[in-house]
Amino acid sequence: MEFFFQQLINGLSLGALYALIAVGYTVVYGIVQLINFAHGEIFMVGAFGAFATWVLLGSPTTWSLAAALFVLLPAMILGGVVVSVAVALLTERLAYRPLRTAPRLAPLISAIGVSVFLQEFIRLFFGYIPGMPDSKRAIPFPSVEGISGASFQIGQVTVQMPAVFTIVALVVCTLFLWFYVNRTKTGRAMIATSQDPDTARLMGINVDRVIMAAFAVGAALAAVAGVAHGLRYGNIDFRMGFLSGLKAFTAAVLGGIGNINGAVVGGLVLGVVESLATSFIPGQFGSTAWKDVWAFALLILVLVFRPQGLLGAKVVDRA
Amino acid sequence: MDAATATTVDAAPGSGKDLLLSATDVTMQFGGLKAVNDVSMQIHTGEIVGLIGPNGAGKTTFFNCLTGLYKPTSGSVEFIGRPLPPRPRKVVREGMARTFQNIRLFHNMTALENVMVGRYCRTKTNAIDAIFRLPRHRREEREATARSRELLAFVGLEKHADTLSRNLPYGDQRRLEIARALATDPKLLLLDEPTAGMNPQETREAEDLIFRIRDLGLAILVIEHDMRFIFNLCDRVYCLVRGEVLVEGPGEVVQNDPRVIEAYIGTPQIVEEEGNADA
Repeated sequence: MEFFFQQLINGLSLGALYALIAVGYTVVYGIVQLINFAHGEIFMVGAFGAFATWVLLGSPTTWSLAAALFVLLPAMILGGVVVSVAVALLTERLAYRPLRTAPRLAPLISAIGVSVFLQEFIRLFFGYIPGMPDSKRAIPFPSVEGISGASFQIGQVTVQMPAVFTIVALVVCTLFLWFYVNRTKTGRAMIATSQDPDTARLMGINVDRVIMAAFAVGAALAAVAGVAHGLRYGNIDFRMGFLSGLKAFTAAVLGGIGNINGAVVGGLVLGVVESLATSFIPGQFGSTAWKDVWAFALLILVLVFRPQGLLGAKVVDRA
Repeated sequence: MDAATATTVDAAPGSGKDLLLSATDVTMQFGGLKAVNDVSMQIHTGEIVGLIGPNGAGKTTFFNCLTGLYKPTSGSVEFIGRPLPPRPRKVVREGMARTFQNIRLFHNMTALENVMVGRYCRTKTNAIDAIFRLPRHRREEREATARSRELLAFVGLEKHADTLSRNLPYGDQRRLEIARALATDPKLLLLDEPTAGMNPQETREAEDLIFRIRDLGLAILVIEHDMRFIFNLCDRVYCLVRGEVLVEGPGEVVQNDPRVIEAYIGTPQIVEEEGNADA
């Protein structure tokens, strides 16, 4: 039983990571019907932004617990968010907006191009930025006192602090997002645009700005996920966005793409399924090597039996 | 010079004289088809102007030219002495709002939220204000809510503020569209077949509503097929046929113009089309 709860906790924290990224896919899809395949790279860039912030702060390693939690960590998150949002807005402006009226396939291919570009850019150029390490291999992510490597026990169950960070981040971000979508004029404009962009425009909504807001919100959450990923695995590399991005996309589809709640639920379900599958399926099929197989098998099952996703809805209805 | 003109007009709303909209030789061509051909139109403050014509005459296309959805192939549109930017959201900011022939509400939002979307262009707070819940943001949200409730009451929907717009009866959806358009603080309101599908009782209520809007000092341009409605309501009527203005003038003049009668019921073919449209 302890083993089950242990795996459940692991799954939920992994799922929270997926969920944070998945929201970005779903918000952008809800508004421009574009699968932003570069979103995984926005997540990766966020992690590198957080790392760069740490370097800019003088690569501190010996800060006290309070300083680490209340200065270093927020600064790293902020740095990551700034970089992610900037890159996301730039790609929207340069790679997607010119294709707004083009056939659906064009921006999709453009997105794949952006994805490859960002990976290669980080791989080749990050090391040339003064003070930054070579990024052709994984870079050790700075450890934050009180989170990295820390854990506590509930009975027999070990809870890692990075897992707590991820889950808390998801809860806080989801609450913020709910407020933003349902209680602000930009949020209302987003819902309106997702339902009928032409009418929204004719009611005086700046649709370009709404689309930028959608990209920015998704990128901000992806950057938080980037930090969570770094703290959880202890290192980051230029390829990290690919699989995580694909998993998060799966989560978004699982929950019903376009539906924010769906992305959160889909992420958590995917994380838990992955975690439980590797623990309870007997034999070699239960080894960690098979976890991606089970995750994507779940996607196929959902697509066959419930193509609209777990929570359905084609548009950003309610956050 | 332009700014000066605008100020004078602003200073004297509802005087019934000032030129609000001036469209000159507007032409909209789609491939080989001239959907709108050399249409000129003037609308003054406080005026209710009708736009009639058989199906396919180019009425809605002309609306789309005015609201920036289409960029006219040639011709110009001036609003309060300034050329209108061919961008829908800028047109709304300038003070022109519209409703649609086929209702285009945001179906999964409540009536109140629909109207609040209309307030968007008149509010100034940005994401930063919203995220940190600065007093400015809260005050503006409060004002937008209050104004939107006022407008719902104005069109008689105050009881349905929290109903999803898709669950409203048809007539109420039409009135909600008008409230949403009014929320943008327009000087000119464009109504595209506001009584389509309404029963006589609802039509009378719509008529009353339009008069009340005019009394607020707005000018109204209305497309309609219901002739009794149009001639009750409008100070002047333009009749559009095959993209061109056939007749323009006071209701009774247009009503009795033989060319208008011919355009509507002159040939058996058109009678048939009208019959289909009614069915």
